Amino acid sequence: MPDYKAEVRKFIADRFLFGDDKKLGDNNSLLESGIVDSTGILEVVAHLEERFGVKIDNDEMIPENLDTIASIEAFLKRKIF
Amino acid sequence: MNAEPSFSRDVLMLDCRGEVEKITASIRGALASMLHRRGLVLGISGGIDSSVTAALCASAIGPDRVIGIQMPERHSADDTLALSGLIANHLGIQKVLWDITPMLEAVGYYAKYDEAVRAAIPEYGAGWKSKIVLPSLKEGSAYALFSIVASSPEGALIKKRLDLNAYLAIVAATNFKQRIRKMLEYYHADKHNFAVAGTPNRLEYDQGFFVKLGDGAADLKPIAHLYKTQVYELARHLGLPDAIISRPPTTDTYSLPQGQDEFYFSVPYDVMDLCLYGKNHGIDPEILSRHIDLTTQQILGIYKDIDKKRSTTKYLHLPPVLMETIPEITY
Repeated sequence: MPDYKAEVRKFIADRFLFGDDKKLGDNNSLLESGIVDSTGILEVVAHLEERFGVKIDNDEMIPENLDTIASIEAFLKRKIF
Repeated sequence: MNAEPSFSRDVLMLDCRGEVEKITASIRGALASMLHRRGLVLGISGGIDSSVTAALCASAIGPDRVIGIQMPERHSADDTLALSGLIANHLGIQKVLWDITPMLEAVGYYAKYDEAVRAAIPEYGAGWKSKIVLPSLKEGSAYALFSIVASSPEGALIKKRLDLNAYLAIVAATNFKQRIRKMLEYYHADKHNFAVAGTPNRLEYDQGFFVKLGDGAADLKPIAHLYKTQVYELARHLGLPDAIISRPPTTDTYSLPQGQDEFYFSVPYDVMDLCLYGKNHGIDPEILSRHIDLTTQQILGIYKDIDKKRSTTKYLHLPPVLMETIPEITY
């Protein structure tokens, strides 16, 4: 089973922070920290759909599912299993 | 004990005569001492912002030193040309007409835009119209995700959220309009040794509602400190034509009429002005909610959204980032 958390962390660190993940906590709000904005969320969603083969509906694009690395991991696990 | 900031809907009322004197003096000073240019060029659309800017420029330096460039294209509103001509004639400024449709065709804008819309709405084709919209701030969405709204020739509406590639493609293509217009403004400015006046109001400037090196580029911005409500006040004070004052604010960017609130703020401009004022002056949302048709929670959400937009659009305001400061060239 893939390590969802590690993969999501690596994607966000590479895509948005050019590899610098020192300030990227599992439970830090990506929105509040300014790491991911509304365009960035589209990038996250596009990556999750392509990498993990899931389809994310409009009503699933909410901070509860996507705003922290931990919540993205939990969301993926619910979608996939 | 510090007194709570007072608030009423009249907080934005201007001393119009004093404001005009201040702005026109600043324009003359900037042209003479900083920019060293002989007059001003600006794009005119018949909208309230460019019309008031043109009036202030003409008042500052005389209408014979102001050139208004009319730059309609295929998607321009039917009244854009008439209203921009109206303001130019009313002020007595020179006007130049340059239809930018061929330039947009040359860079492939219309084809690229249509292709991006069809990625979301496959039925989109000849005779259809479209625009992009945001969810209303009243909906309380944490993410400001754009949707495309398309209207068939028969008037049927389809709305779909834009995915990443479609959204970026539409924005990139549409930005051609503002950048081509700015290129033409600077052509005329260079030709006459004039400077370029930008026309953003405070809301647009503050919230990054402009295209980098498009309508965001200018040598001076006479109304960037004024709330849109105040721009309307000045328009009335300056005696601008009723047809221009009564025209609903529009982005005049898409083939379907798009209010500026739909594109960016999702809240009517007069309410957004008061929210921005409230945010800037530390007005408690509960106090503000007594004066406008929004709940305390909604205003809190708008205050947060203002901060978010300032943060995400900061890069639009930045000059080029240098790797090392060059102390001989700092302004």
